[in-house]
Amino acid sequence: MDLTLKIWRQASAGEKGKLVDYQVQNISSEASFLEMLDVLNERLVREGEDPVAFDHDCREGICGACSLYINGRPHGPDKGITTCQLHMRRFKDGETIVIEPWRAKPFPVIKDLMVDRSAFDEIIQAGGYVSINTGGVPDANAIPIPKRDADTAMDAAACIGCGACVAACKNASAMLFVSAKVSQFAVLPQGKIEARERVQNMVAKMDELGFGNCTNTYACEAECPKEISVSHIARMNREYLSAKLVSQIE
Amino acid sequence: MVKLDAKIPQGPLAEKWTNYKAHQNLVNPSNKRRLDIIVVGTGLAGASAAASFGEMGFNVKVFGIHDSPRRAHSIAAQGGINAAKNYPNDGDSVYRLFYDTIKGGDYRAREANVYRLAEVSNNIIDQCVAQGVPFAREYGGLLDNRSFGGAQVSRTFYARGQTGQQLLLGAYSALSKEIKKGSVKMFTRREMLELVVIEGRARGIIVRDLITGKIERHSAHAVVLATGGYGNVFFLSTNAMASNGSAAWKVYKKGAFFGNPSFTQIHPTCIPVHGDYQSKLTLMSESLRNDGRIWVPKHKEDAEKIRKGELKPTQIPEDRRDYYLERRYPAFGNLVPRDVASRAAKERCDAGYGIGSTGLAVYLDFEDAIKRLGKHVIEARYGNLFQMYEKIVDENPYETPMMIYPAVHYTMGGIWVDYELQTTIPGLFAAGEANFSDHGANRLGASALMQGLSDGYFVLPYTIQNYLADQIRVPRFETNLPEFEEAEKAAKERIEKLLAINGTETVDTFHRRLGLIMWDLVGMSRKKEDLEKAITMIQELRKEFWKNVKVPGKNEMVNPELEKAIRVADYLELGELMARDALVREESCGGHFREEYQTEDGEALRDDKNFTYVSAWEYTGEDKEPKLNKEPLVFEFIEVKQRNYK
Repeated sequence: MDLTLKIWRQASAGEKGKLVDYQVQNISSEASFLEMLDVLNERLVREGEDPVAFDHDCREGICGACSLYINGRPHGPDKGITTCQLHMRRFKDGETIVIEPWRAKPFPVIKDLMVDRSAFDEIIQAGGYVSINTGGVPDANAIPIPKRDADTAMDAAACIGCGACVAACKNASAMLFVSAKVSQFAVLPQGKIEARERVQNMVAKMDELGFGNCTNTYACEAECPKEISVSHIARMNREYLSAKLVSQIE
Repeated sequence: MVKLDAKIPQGPLAEKWTNYKAHQNLVNPSNKRRLDIIVVGTGLAGASAAASFGEMGFNVKVFGIHDSPRRAHSIAAQGGINAAKNYPNDGDSVYRLFYDTIKGGDYRAREANVYRLAEVSNNIIDQCVAQGVPFAREYGGLLDNRSFGGAQVSRTFYARGQTGQQLLLGAYSALSKEIKKGSVKMFTRREMLELVVIEGRARGIIVRDLITGKIERHSAHAVVLATGGYGNVFFLSTNAMASNGSAAWKVYKKGAFFGNPSFTQIHPTCIPVHGDYQSKLTLMSESLRNDGRIWVPKHKEDAEKIRKGELKPTQIPEDRRDYYLERRYPAFGNLVPRDVASRAAKERCDAGYGIGSTGLAVYLDFEDAIKRLGKHVIEARYGNLFQMYEKIVDENPYETPMMIYPAVHYTMGGIWVDYELQTTIPGLFAAGEANFSDHGANRLGASALMQGLSDGYFVLPYTIQNYLADQIRVPRFETNLPEFEEAEKAAKERIEKLLAINGTETVDTFHRRLGLIMWDLVGMSRKKEDLEKAITMIQELRKEFWKNVKVPGKNEMVNPELEKAIRVADYLELGELMARDALVREESCGGHFREEYQTEDGEALRDDKNFTYVSAWEYTGEDKEPKLNKEPLVFEFIEVKQRNYK
C-alpha cells in the first residue's frame, strides 16, 4: 500500500516543530506500524536525511516505550493496544496518516516524536512502593489474599506507564496512571500500612509536576492500551479523602 | 591456559552457600557509606541489585539505556518464575529444582551455583509477595502454580501472562524507593561504551548520554554489569530492539573472559517470520504448552494443501494429525525442554510437514483444552497472549490453531563469573542473563526471572561485600586519571570513525545480513563446514561494514542510527566468537546441536569425556585469534546421564 505521512519534526526541545509530508510506497499490510516507520527511516538514511526519532523497544506491547499520536488518537485507532501492536492492515491504500508526539506540558518533546516522561518516575518515587527491604519477609503464603482482591490489584498493576492517558486527556491529567498504582496497593494487605501517606504524597507530586485535574471525560480509559478502568480513579479519590480526613483529625 | 578458579566453597552441596555466608567478609555500616558501586542495567538483576545495595548503605549509581528503568526487557517475560516452594504438594524440593535445572542444562552448569539458585528461589517469591507483586491466587487466597517445560511438578508462580512485568515493577518500586531516599542515583538514557580498569581492577565506566551525545566518566569501587543477553546478534529475535551485547563485549575486550558464547536458546513457540521488513519476533509463552497441543499433518499432501491455502487445519481429522512431541516423548509430551521442542519442530518442517505460507511453522492447538475446560478458563489463563497473537497474525486462536516456529530468545552464554559472580577482572561482577549463568547449555522455562532476581536480591549483596571489605581504605577515584582519559578517548575515536565512513549501506542492512549468517550457519543445528564458513563470512562482512556503513548525523544529538552502529560493530565481532565456540565444541548438548554428534534417533549426543567444561574465551587483540581456557565441570553430587524425556 502507498501512504502519505504527516509527521511532526522538531530538532530539539528548544526549537520549533512542524508537520512534514512523506510518501511511502509498497508497504505490506502485514507490517506493523513501527515497521512502516522503519522502512521510511531506512530510506531517509540512504537519502542523507535525518531519520524520524521515536521511542520504541519491546515491540510487543509491554515495555510502554512507544508513544505515538496517530490520526488524533494515542496509539492509533485500535482499542486496547500500543502503537507497536498496530498493524498496517488497519489502514487503507492511499490514506493520509498524521503522526504526532504525546502533547502534554509535563512531557516535553525531546526530538520529533520522542517525549520526556520522567515525571512518571518521579511520581512513583513519591510513594509507589511498599517500604520493605530485601530479606526478612514472611513466607509468601503467610499473607493470604482473596482472589478477587488479587485480581483487582493485577488489573491495576497492568499499567505500562506509556502516558497515553495523559496524552488523551484535555487537561493532561495523570489520574489514571497514579490511581492504578494507588489502587494496586490499596486493595492489598501489603500496601495498607502506608496507604495514607502514599496517596497523599503521590497526588501532591502529580500536582507539583503540572499534570491537570480530572474532569471525568474518561478519555484516559478509552485510550489506555491496557484498558485500565476509571474505577481506580474513584478508589484513589476515596483513599485520598479518607487520608486527608484522618490526618486532619490526628 | 589460565587456571580458572570458580571459588566454589567446600562442604556438602546443601551447606556451601550457608558456609560461604558464615565466613565471608562484611563491611560495617559506616564504611559502606564510603564505598561506591556502579550498576549497569535496570532489568531484574540490575534493579534488584541496585535497590539492595542502596538499602545496605552503599552509594549506588545505576545506568540504563531507556527513558525509565521500568522499560528494561525483563518486562516482556510472560510465563512465570520457578521456585521450590512445593505449595501444590506434588513432590517438589530444593534438590529437585536443582536437579531439573542441571539436567535441563544438559550437565553443562556448575552444581554449586545451581544448587544456590534453587535454594534462594523460595526467598524470591516471599520478597516479591511482600512488595505487593500480584501473583495469581487460588480461591482460598493462597498462591497458584502452573507447570513448565522440563519439570514434572508445578512450581511456576505467575501473574497472568505478565510475570516479567510484575516482577520488574516490583524491583523498580524497590529501586524507586532507594532513589527517593538518595542512596541510589539513576542515570537514564545512558549507554556504556567502555570499562575503566585501574591497576587491574574495575573502577569505572564511560557512558554516552543518548540525548545530548555527551561522553561522561563515572568512577566507583566496584562495577556490576546486568546488561542482559546478546540474542539480537541474530537480528531477528524475541529480544527488544535496544537489547544489546555491547557492554559485555567491551569488558571482554578489557580482559573479562566470555563463557560458552555459542550457547543460544531457540524458543520453540514464537510467531513465525512473515516478511523481509520484519523487525523482531514475538514470543508466545511456554506456558501455552500446558494446555496447547503441538502438531503437524501426518501426510505431506495435507501439509502441501495447507501451505497453498486449500485446506484449513480445522478440516484435518484427528487421525491425520501427528502430535509429534507426544509421539516421540510420551513422558513429557508437549512439556519437553525448549531445545528438544525446537529441534523437533525444525525436523518436521525440514522433512516437508511444515505449515503456514512458508512451510516454516507448526500448529499449537487449544481445541481440546477449550472443550475440556471451557473458553473462559483458557481466556483467564492466556487472554493477553491470545490477543497479542490475533493482533499480529489476524487470526483468532480460540477458533483456529496458532502457528508457531522456533526463534532466538535467550543466551545462556555470557561473561564468565565465579561462584561470587565476579568476572576475571577483579571488582567487575556480572549478573542475570549477562553472565554465563546457571543454565548450562539450555535454560528451562521460568528460570531466567529466577536467576535474575536471585543474583540481584540474594547473591550479589553478599558476595560484593566480600570483595569490598578490603577496599574500605581506598578513597574515591577522580575521573581525570589517565585510565579514564584513555578509555574516553577510545570511545570517542570509535564514534568518530563510524561517523566518518559515510558509505552507502544502512546499519540495519548489515545487521540483517549478519543475522542471516548466524541463523543459517550458527543457529538451531550446526556443522563443521558451516561454522568455518560462518567465521569467514562474518570477517568479510565486518570489513565491508567498516568501509561502507552509512551513519548519518553527528554525535552531539539524538542519533538512533549511531546507537545501532555502535552495537552492530560489536555484534560483528561477537558473532564470530560464537561460531568459534560452536566449532570447537565437538558434541551436542542442550541448545548446541552439532549434526555430526547425534544418537540414532536424532537426539543430542554429548561427549562427557572431552567436553565437560565451560569454555572461557580470552581476548588477545584486534583481529587475533582468541584463546580458549577451560573450566572443568566436576559433578560430585549427581550422576551425569543422557537426558531422557521419553
